Amino acid sequence: MIPELGHFALILALCLAVVQAIFPLIGSLNRTPSWTAMARPLAYGQFVFLAFAFAALVHAFLTDDFSVLYVAQNGNTEMPTIYKVSAVWGAHEGSLLLWAFILSIWMIAVAAFTRSLPDEMVARVLSVMGMISIGFLSFLLFTSNPFARIFPAPLQGAELNPLLQDFGLAIHPPMLYMGYVGMSVAFSFAIAALIGGKLDNAWARWSRPWTLVAWMFLGTGIVLGSWWAYNELGWGGWWFWDPVENASFMPWLAGTALVHSLAVTEKRGAFKRWTVLLALLAFSLSLMGTFLVRSGVLTSVHAFASDPARGMFILVFLMVVIGSSLLLYALRAPSISRGGGFDALSRETLLLGNNLILIVITALVLLGTLAPLIYDAFNWGKISVGFPWFSTMFITFTPLMILLMGAAPLTRWKHQDGGELLRQLRLALLLSVAAAIVVALPFAADNGAAGVAVGLSVWLLTTLLTSAWRRLRHHGGISALIADFSSRGGRSYYGMWIAHLGVAIFIIGVTFVTQFDIRKDVRMSPAQEIVVNGYRFRFDGVTPRQGPNYVAQRGTIHVSRNGHEVAVLHPEKRTYNMKSRPMTEAGIDVGLFRDIYVSLGEPLKGGDWALRLYYKPMVRWIWLGGLLTALGGLLSASDPRYRLRVLAKVTGRDVPSNTLAAGEQA
Amino acid sequence: MPAYARYLAPLLAFLALTALLYKGLSINPRTIPSPLIDKPAPAFRLPALKHPEQFISNADFQGKVTLLNVWATWCVACRQEHQNLVQLRKQGVRIYGLNYKDKRPAAEQWLQQFGNPYIANAFDADGRVGINWGVYGTPETFVIDKQGIIRHKYIGPITLNAIQNEILPLVKQLREAD
Repeated sequence: MIPELGHFALILALCLAVVQAIFPLIGSLNRTPSWTAMARPLAYGQFVFLAFAFAALVHAFLTDDFSVLYVAQNGNTEMPTIYKVSAVWGAHEGSLLLWAFILSIWMIAVAAFTRSLPDEMVARVLSVMGMISIGFLSFLLFTSNPFARIFPAPLQGAELNPLLQDFGLAIHPPMLYMGYVGMSVAFSFAIAALIGGKLDNAWARWSRPWTLVAWMFLGTGIVLGSWWAYNELGWGGWWFWDPVENASFMPWLAGTALVHSLAVTEKRGAFKRWTVLLALLAFSLSLMGTFLVRSGVLTSVHAFASDPARGMFILVFLMVVIGSSLLLYALRAPSISRGGGFDALSRETLLLGNNLILIVITALVLLGTLAPLIYDAFNWGKISVGFPWFSTMFITFTPLMILLMGAAPLTRWKHQDGGELLRQLRLALLLSVAAAIVVALPFAADNGAAGVAVGLSVWLLTTLLTSAWRRLRHHGGISALIADFSSRGGRSYYGMWIAHLGVAIFIIGVTFVTQFDIRKDVRMSPAQEIVVNGYRFRFDGVTPRQGPNYVAQRGTIHVSRNGHEVAVLHPEKRTYNMKSRPMTEAGIDVGLFRDIYVSLGEPLKGGDWALRLYYKPMVRWIWLGGLLTALGGLLSASDPRYRLRVLAKVTGRDVPSNTLAAGEQA
Repeated sequence: MPAYARYLAPLLAFLALTALLYKGLSINPRTIPSPLIDKPAPAFRLPALKHPEQFISNADFQGKVTLLNVWATWCVACRQEHQNLVQLRKQGVRIYGLNYKDKRPAAEQWLQQFGNPYIANAFDADGRVGINWGVYGTPETFVIDKQGIIRHKYIGPITLNAIQNEILPLVKQLREAD
C-alpha cells in the first residue's frame, strides 16, 4: 500500500511541476501577480510529495518489502540499517528519485531565501526549475518507476552491490547530487535573466551564493568519492579518470570558472555573456554526466544499471533543455551590454586567463571521456583513453593556472601597474623558486616534476600570505582579523583565501603520493617480516570472521618502526552472502604525513598469502586540500554582504509593501 | 549575417555532440560478441540437479538445436524471465539449464513452484563450468546448434520480444541447416 502511495505522490509532484513550469512564467511575462505568486506554494507542494515518495521508498527498504522490484534487486534482510537506507540510491531508479527530491529541496530553498528579489524574477527561476523537474519526474514515472511490484515476491533480496556498502559511498551520492542539482539554480537564474533581457550586477549577486553552495557540495562529493575509491577498491589509487568520475569533475571545473566569472560580473559588470554561458554550461555538464552514467553509452566500472531506452529519454531531455537554453542565449547575447572595460594588466585579465584554462581543461576531459565513443562512431576501432593522457593534459595546463592564481588576488581591478605588482610578488617568487630548487636538487633528474610542483605550491602560499599581510598591515592583532573577517566582503575574501590554500595543499599531496609512494607486491608466510621504507611489516596469518552479511578472511599485520609498534592492520577479503565476487577491504593506518596501506591478495600454498604493501606519503593532503577548497566556497557564500543587501532593500521599502512582506512571511 | 550568428557557436557545438551521443546509443553493449560465438561449446560434465548420480555433458546437445540457460534462485532477473522460458519450452524448444552457484533444495523447490521448462539441469555448485562458458552474470542463454557449436548468447532476462524476434527465428534457421 505504501509503495502505491509513493507512486501516487510522484504523479502528483509531476502535475504540480507542470503547473509550476507554465503559470508563474506566463504571469511574469504578462504581469499577472496572482500567477507569479503561485510559484512558491507550488514549489513547497512538490517538495512535500517528493519527500513522501522518498520516505515511502526508504520505508520499503527498512521493512524489506521485496514485493517492490527495486527493493528485491538492491535490498536484503541481513544488510545493516545504514546500508538499507543508502541502498535507496544504490541503483538507477532510486538515485533518480533522490535527484528529483534534491531538486525539490533546492526549489524550496530558492522559494524561502529570495524574499528580497523581485517576484517576477523568482517566478521565472522557479518556472525553469519546474521544467527541469518535469523532465526528471517523467523520466522516473515512464521509464524507471522505483515502486514497480514483482509477483510472486522473493523471500530474500539480491542485496546492494557490496562495493557500495561503505560509509563513504553511502553519503557520496547525496553530496554529489546536491552539487549537480544545485547548479540548476545558477542555470535557472541565467535563463530567467535571459528571458527578462536584464543581465546586470544584481543578477550576478543573486546567483553567486547559490553557485558557491552548489560548487561546495560538488567538491565535497568528489572528495568523498575519491576517498571511497582509495578505501574500497584495494589498489591504493585515489582517482582513475573513469568516465563517471569525469562526469562529476567537468561540472566542477565549469563551476569553478563560473564562481570566478560571477565575481567579475558582480564587482565590475564585465564578462556578462561569458558568465551566463558558463552558468548554462555548468548545469549542462551536470545533465550530461547523468546521461553518460545512466545510458550505458560509456562502459565504466560505475555502470551498475544502464539501458538504451533510458539513454534515449535522457538524450531527448538534454536536447530540449540544453538546446533551447543555448538557442535563447544566441538570440539574447547580442543585446547584452559589454559592461566595465579593463586594461591588459588587471585582475579581470588574470581571471579571464584562468577561466579560459579551466574551460580548456574541461573540454579536454570531455574529449578524453568521449574519445572511445568517437572512435566507435566513426569506425576507427576501439581505443581507451587512460591515465597517461589525462595526466599529461593536466600537468601541461595547471602550472600556468597556478601562476595566475597566485598573482590575481594581489592585482587591482581595472588597471594594475606592472612595476608595483612585480615588487609585491618579488618575495613570493624568490621563495618559491628556492623551494623548487631545494626539492629538485638532491635527488637530481627524477624529481624535477616534484620540484616544480612544490615551487608552485609555495608560490600559492606566499602570495596568499602577502595578500593577507597587505590587507591587515595597517591594523594589528587578532581583533583586527576578526573585525575584517566579519566585515562586508570579509568572508568572501577569507573564503577565497582558504579555497586557494586548499589547492596548495592538494598539489603537495598529489605530488608526493605520485612521486614518492612505495609499493611492494609480496608473498608472505605467517610470521614472516618485510621492511618497506623503514617500516617493518609482520604477517600473522589469516583467520575467518563472520560479518553481518558476509564472511571475511581477515589478515593481521603488525607494523613497527625502530622497534615501536605503529599499527595493527586488518585487511580483509569479504564474500557477501548474496554475491559471489569477493571484495577487498584494505587495512590502512592513517597519518597526516603518510598512510600505510595493506591489501590482501590471493591465498597461496601452505598458508602463504599474496599481499600488497604501500607507503603513501602525504596522501591525506589530497582530501584535506579538497575539503578546504569546498569549505572556502561555503565561507564565501555566507558573506554578510549577500544578506546586508537584503536588509537594505527591506528597510528601503515603503510601508504598504513592507506589511505585504510581513504578510507573506506569516 | 544577423547579429546573433556568432553566438550560435555553442548551440552548434552542442548539436554535434548530441549527434555523437545518439550514435553512441545505437551501439548496443548487449551485442558485444562473446569470444565463444561460432566456437564449439566448452566441454563439461556435471551432476544433474534432480538425480545427482546422472551426469550431463556436451554429448546431450549433439544432433539437436539446444538452449542452455544459466540461472540461480538468488537471481531476481531469472525470476522475471522464468515464465518466458516456460512458454518457450511449450513451443517445443529444447532447453537445458545450468544451475549456477546454487543450493539443490532451493533450486528444486523453485522448479516445483514456478514450473520446469528444462529437459534437465546441470548443477554447477562452485561455478567452474560457468567460468569456462564466460558467464559473468545471470541470467544468460546460449543457443547451440546441432554440431554443438555456440551460435548466439543472450545476456539478461529473455523478453517475449526477444523470443519472437531473435530466439525462435534462429532456432528455426539452425534446425533447417544440416
